[in-house]
Amino acid sequence: MASVLETPQAPAASTSPTVRILREKLGDQVLRVDEWRGDLAVTVSRKAWVEAARTLSFHPELDYKLFLDLCGVDWLDRDGHDDRFEVALHVYSVSHKHHVRLKVPIPESDATLDTIVGVYKGANWFERETWDLYGIVFNGHPNLSRLLTHDSFVGHPMRKDYETPKRHLLKEAKQWLLKVPEGSEHMIVNIGPSHPAMHGAFRVQALMDGETIQDAEAEIGYMHRNFEKMAEERTYWQVIPYTDRLNYCSAFMNGHGYALAVEKLLGVPAPPRAEAIRVILSEFSRIMDHFICIGANVVDLGAITPFFVVFRAREAIYDLIEACCGARLTVSYVRIGGLAQDVPDDFEARARTAIASVRDVTSQMEKLLTRNPIFANRFKDVGVMSAEDALSWGWVGPCLRGSGVAYDVRKDHPYSGYEQYDFDVPVGTVGDCYDRYLVRVEEIHQSVRIIEQALAKLPKGPVITDDKKVALPPKSEVYSNIEALMNHFKLVYEGILPPAGEVYGYTEGANGELGFYIVSDGGKFPYRLKVRPPCFAIYAAFSEMIKGGLLADAVAIIGGLNVIAGELDR
Amino acid sequence: MATVNVVRVERNTHPGIYPILLGLKITFMNMIRTLFMGQSATIQFPEQKRVSSGRYRGIHLLTAREDGTPKCVACYMCATACPAECIYIEAGERPEKSIEKYPTRFEIDLLRCVYCGFCVDACPEEAIMMSRENDLVGTTRAELIIDRDRLMERGKLAEYGPGYRPTDHDVRRPVRIAALERLKKEHGIVPGMPHR
Repeated sequence: MASVLETPQAPAASTSPTVRILREKLGDQVLRVDEWRGDLAVTVSRKAWVEAARTLSFHPELDYKLFLDLCGVDWLDRDGHDDRFEVALHVYSVSHKHHVRLKVPIPESDATLDTIVGVYKGANWFERETWDLYGIVFNGHPNLSRLLTHDSFVGHPMRKDYETPKRHLLKEAKQWLLKVPEGSEHMIVNIGPSHPAMHGAFRVQALMDGETIQDAEAEIGYMHRNFEKMAEERTYWQVIPYTDRLNYCSAFMNGHGYALAVEKLLGVPAPPRAEAIRVILSEFSRIMDHFICIGANVVDLGAITPFFVVFRAREAIYDLIEACCGARLTVSYVRIGGLAQDVPDDFEARARTAIASVRDVTSQMEKLLTRNPIFANRFKDVGVMSAEDALSWGWVGPCLRGSGVAYDVRKDHPYSGYEQYDFDVPVGTVGDCYDRYLVRVEEIHQSVRIIEQALAKLPKGPVITDDKKVALPPKSEVYSNIEALMNHFKLVYEGILPPAGEVYGYTEGANGELGFYIVSDGGKFPYRLKVRPPCFAIYAAFSEMIKGGLLADAVAIIGGLNVIAGELDR
Repeated sequence: MATVNVVRVERNTHPGIYPILLGLKITFMNMIRTLFMGQSATIQFPEQKRVSSGRYRGIHLLTAREDGTPKCVACYMCATACPAECIYIEAGERPEKSIEKYPTRFEIDLLRCVYCGFCVDACPEEAIMMSRENDLVGTTRAELIIDRDRLMERGKLAEYGPGYRPTDHDVRRPVRIAALERLKKEHGIVPGMPHR
């Protein structure tokens, strides 16, 4: 087991082609290269920012086409950082199976940066978010306005000197998201924020020409609570319940992803039994998430039966999860380094009941929908997204695979022992709503396969690491042993103290790559915790997708994107 | 690394009326299963209640000693571990050498609580546990900040059953006093209400 006290960030003379090519292109504009915990981070100067992003994306040897994340970090007056802000970009190369983090320092006196919207379409909303939360201005951005906070919000809440208890009175809603052409007789339609076809509180304003959408603009942030700021004032342990509220349709997977990211930061792995149980419950959560996505999507189209059919299996799965951890939705089951407690004795029997139920309702749902021409005609060739655009927008998960890109974190970067299990990655051919639906259905079958394999070889042993600096000692020892009790007090009081450094931990959530970018300064609270929410990038493309289509098609598209407000707004 | 098996999804649909008849058949089968075969997926709430497991995380309880006083020793561990900042404790002194402190005030704001069970994990005395009580109703906010007396009420526990709690029952108290003393001496930590 790797020690918690391992020295971080030893400067490495990297042999990676990424570094070589960036050095060739940019020369001394590459300020720094770090390799730590398997993450490659390249710091470039502000002048070379756009050129660096362009090289990463378009250089044939690099091919970092998949946009993942862009976020700010505020160093305020920390030692070792001459410039106050930092912007970090995460991109991924599907062909070379490699992540890279590109960073750029930005001084407080001139907090501006050139936009990379021209390189990655997905950067649009991420740059707006960074401006909103950090006040970093992106030169040349097409629409640099507030995204997550309210339009009359004052200040930039993620800055370290922003006082958390500050309150603002925000009354006026933004009436027009679109510019209405002078003298136009076209009609403006607001869909949402409270509308049965919107899956949560978000709003789309569409300029209609008859039934056709001419122009559209989306507004989000109705459920924004700044999870990331809250996480900066919680210990690593205390963040776990907050992760449940990200994608609440598959709450367990968020905790799983977060715990893996922190374990990567600490260098402390969870024991095999905990990993196997995490895999089983994650796959069950994925099944539930796909069920709710498909069910709610067809409800929008007027077919209510499949929604109720799949609920039978969701009940069985919720019962299983509740028996393990004591709550159906807000699970809080993972701990850093393992799980809160072992599964109950009848876990396997319950899991098998749930599998039988999943099989039953999936077969019913497929008969009701898949080959049905009424349903298929609403979905086929609607909302087509090409593979190239999907990558540029930062699409991941079933939506990206529906567009024909076979990127699945579980296959390409196995975690929690996914390499032991045999399963297929379904991909679509056209990239329309129908492909996204079919991919989800096939993934349900594959998840069942994974669960059955994991149940068959569920290892015995402890469910949490025995590292004293990470996990609370067992209760029996706390009650009787003075050393254990002292350790217990100390760990509750001081929390986990990871080494200083930064990691990007990523897992395959139900919606795709769920990333946690953690910057640690060695203290008990995460210095910066950025969630890379899959549906944020997916929904960013929505208003572009529906332009030129029918309003009824927009309703069919949004359900299939599986936008979850808790994750979108954070 | 496992081989990547990629399968392309099949996009054909059946033309004609067959899929619609099949759909109708499934709907009717479900109706028959629900009405006549007793396979209903729903329950008759509120007459019938859902059976939850013994790990259910409902409203908290403070456990009692044999003389009816709370087991809690006001060590502030639950308040420190709480991610929702919903526990408030004030400590008083007890004459017994092996106990020293007890809570004169112990309040949980159930509107802030996220029912994560971290307080139970953090407690070194199994003094706090959770019941399966989950139907929480109040007409004012103040009503839902529950105090020590409500937390000590045993009637609710009998009605709903115990929920999330530590499973071991061997608490030897002198260990705690010694551990707290060493904690202060060696690490300079004196537990208290966390500053928010």
